[in-house]
Amino acid sequence: MRAIRIAGVIAAVGLVLGASACAGDTEPQAQPSKDKGNGKLEIWADPKRTAALKPFADQFGKENGVTVTVKEILADTIQQTFVTGSQQGSGPDIVVGAHDWIGNLVQNGSIDPVNLTAAQKSSFEAAALKAVTFNGQVYGAPYAMENLALIRNTELVPTAPATIEDLVKAGQDLKAAGKASEIMCLQVGDKGDAYHIYPLFASAGGSLFGATASGDPDPKNVAVGSADSVKAFTKLKDLGEKGAGALKSSIGGENSISTFTSKKCAFLISGPWATKDVKTAGIKYDISPIPGFAGGKKATPFLGVQAFYVASKAKSKALAQEFVANYVTNKDVAKALYDAEPRPPALTAAIDLVKATDPDLAKFLAAGKDGFPMPAIPEMSAIWGPFGNAEVAVVKGEDPATAAAAAQTAIVAAIKK
Amino acid sequence: MSFLVSRIATLAITAAILFYAVPPLIGAQAWVALAILAAAAGGVAYLYLTPKHIAAKYLVPGTIFLIIFQVLPILYTFTVAFTNLGDGHRGSKQEAIAAIERESLVEIPDAPDYALTVALADDKVVFLLVDQDTKAVQVGTVEGLSKLDGAEVGVTGKVLSAPGYEIIQASERDADVQALVVPTPRGAIKSSGLSRAIELEAKRKYDAQCDCVVEGGKSWNADDARGYFVDSDGNNLIQGWKVNVGWANFTRTFSDPNISGHFLGVLIWNLVFALSSVALTFALGMAVALALHSPRMRGTRIYRTILILPYAMPSFAMLLVWRDMFNRDFGLLNRVLGTDLDWLGTPTGARLGLLMVNLWLGFPYMFLVATGALQAIPRELTEASGMDGASPWQSFRRVTLPLLLIALTPLLIASFAFNFNNFNLVRFVTNGGPYAVDNSLVGKTDLLITYTYRLAFEGGQGQLGFAAAISTFIFAIVATISTIAFRRTRAQEEVYS
Repeated sequence: MRAIRIAGVIAAVGLVLGASACAGDTEPQAQPSKDKGNGKLEIWADPKRTAALKPFADQFGKENGVTVTVKEILADTIQQTFVTGSQQGSGPDIVVGAHDWIGNLVQNGSIDPVNLTAAQKSSFEAAALKAVTFNGQVYGAPYAMENLALIRNTELVPTAPATIEDLVKAGQDLKAAGKASEIMCLQVGDKGDAYHIYPLFASAGGSLFGATASGDPDPKNVAVGSADSVKAFTKLKDLGEKGAGALKSSIGGENSISTFTSKKCAFLISGPWATKDVKTAGIKYDISPIPGFAGGKKATPFLGVQAFYVASKAKSKALAQEFVANYVTNKDVAKALYDAEPRPPALTAAIDLVKATDPDLAKFLAAGKDGFPMPAIPEMSAIWGPFGNAEVAVVKGEDPATAAAAAQTAIVAAIKK
Repeated sequence: MSFLVSRIATLAITAAILFYAVPPLIGAQAWVALAILAAAAGGVAYLYLTPKHIAAKYLVPGTIFLIIFQVLPILYTFTVAFTNLGDGHRGSKQEAIAAIERESLVEIPDAPDYALTVALADDKVVFLLVDQDTKAVQVGTVEGLSKLDGAEVGVTGKVLSAPGYEIIQASERDADVQALVVPTPRGAIKSSGLSRAIELEAKRKYDAQCDCVVEGGKSWNADDARGYFVDSDGNNLIQGWKVNVGWANFTRTFSDPNISGHFLGVLIWNLVFALSSVALTFALGMAVALALHSPRMRGTRIYRTILILPYAMPSFAMLLVWRDMFNRDFGLLNRVLGTDLDWLGTPTGARLGLLMVNLWLGFPYMFLVATGALQAIPRELTEASGMDGASPWQSFRRVTLPLLLIALTPLLIASFAFNFNNFNLVRFVTNGGPYAVDNSLVGKTDLLITYTYRLAFEGGQGQLGFAAAISTFIFAIVATISTIAFRRTRAQEEVYS
């Protein structure tokens, strides 16, 4: 009897406390419209940009009589944290991130369009501005671009190959001569890597999506299983383990750069982030556009753009708009961000500023001249896994038509909920 | 004395929570929650201020934590399973409409470019707008634009002074500045930053009459079952809202052939994986513990330290290291063994590889608990059985093992439940691969949890509702198996006690 009474008391108190915690959660937040923003601006960025942004944030704060805080969020989780935080009303005013987030951020209503003047728009590289444009609206101020290029060990190969066939031939000769153990370092891995293989896939005529009337990628028209894409997968198969041996699943993200820097391969397909390691290793190198297949299309890499976004639930939206529109378009800010991590700036004036000191920059830009802005539609994230599986299958010598069809099925299933 | 201290501590914590929670609850006008909170605090205060209910005093804190950290999350997961919560469906319909309208705001192409100065008139925020081309000054309020005479304008287009207006820094009244919409014949003027204003026009508008969004002649009707605005061709606007979908997330598990068609295969491997992981780690851990338990063993301390190492290292990093060791051309395993095996590229290799990694990561734990349990088994028992003529194997099999199992079965069940959902291991080492050429949906080493994670989160939509439904299923499976196992252990305990 006593035990029952005790249990009753415990359950009652516990439930009541629990219920109050619960009820507290579901009640609406204090009305944000009455919040004046209190002269505060909060920016979220990943660790690499945080330090570079701080001085400019402070300067902006001084000029406008507000306090600006730059909060560091881990690069892997920043998008998710921003979406969730924004929804709960605890998000920042500005967030810094890649342009292919835009689709997801827009479908969640997390960011607002940025109104740039015609002059501001024309100060950016055209490709960068195109990348941050979604459904006809400019959603962010771009500050950096990146794309893949061919990095070559000039001691082993003095001249840049004109085609993939030339590249493979040069690699095979080096291998036969015992000067290298691999033909090319292009990361595939056990899971495949759609980002790194895309230039070759595009050169061979493959495509991911059809286009809508306005020229945007059409998620209703997945083209990974199309006849042209099957042909492209067949060409990748010919480069694979049962063919030329240039593509291998044993070369992945974790070892492709280190294999190049240890001189086991003469060609590396990678981005601006790789040059630091290559320089540290003391390798003589040159950067050139990724060559396409002979007689094929151009090997267009994906173009990635980093941008500043204004949160739609920003507490100081006017300030945030001001910062994004007038500060990010400032070439000194772009230069500081470039110094923090050497990716080509999106601001034409800033490119001119750093071009003189960094010869690699112009070469990466040239390699990305025909780059294809990575689709920002949310459906793009359905591509990576299945496409990677198909890539690994053909690299291992499996049937391209079967692999492409399986990828198509999986992508369509993921998009159609 | 200590009783007094703990009593004061409990009451202090309760009071702290109360003081912390009251202002936001009042701010949100959540009177019910406030009443509940007050009642709960009163209950706790009563409990610890009376000399009665001794047992409850000890049990209440634990129960509260159990409810907050165990029961509520489970209930929350279960309720989420009945919604379409996820990317594109996070907020309310109102928020979706607001986002759609905001997105459709476009600058009117030939509209003037206004320099913005923020001013106060009767403590209300107004815009002083200077047309950058004509330098004409206007004042913008919620009523509209009107001409302003006698203003002094600086070179950049900032208004320096104007009769009857107090000029302020825009950042002082940020929220009011962004809230002010000045209606114009063609659209509306809004601030863009602190020093510029633009005339915008909303292409899309929500019409409450038809519950639809219209743009020119086109319209998207609200579909409250899906939480989207859909046009006549079935195309939806991407900004959606959260709706209740009933049992749809649960039935989808059976009706969607992409899920149900592979469910059984994945479940079988999942069970094999979890059971083998427990069996192998337990067998190895116990064997090592028995070896070190032998009185003839020397240097046991050093061995124990070394054996604990895998357990002490961060498993995340170790998983990636193992993945690299399996690499066909550059991996340690093939180099040491002199083989050319495609470890993670073949189904058998990948499955064995996973079990091997899990054995390495998991046996130190089993070794630790088996060592502890062995200390509690009197050596006289095995000595006695030896006297009676039992071989060492017989005395282990008939005496030591049953006694060990009684102590360790709950831990083995917990280990099973953990390995059943061993997401990190599979995600980092194989990510479910390798895949059959003709099937890119489910890999050969996929567990239910990694498979459904991909389904729910890697299709362009973080489908939290669906993920919650799957979690509920997995919870049911693990709970069923664990319950059966516990029942059997209890029966066994009765035999041996």
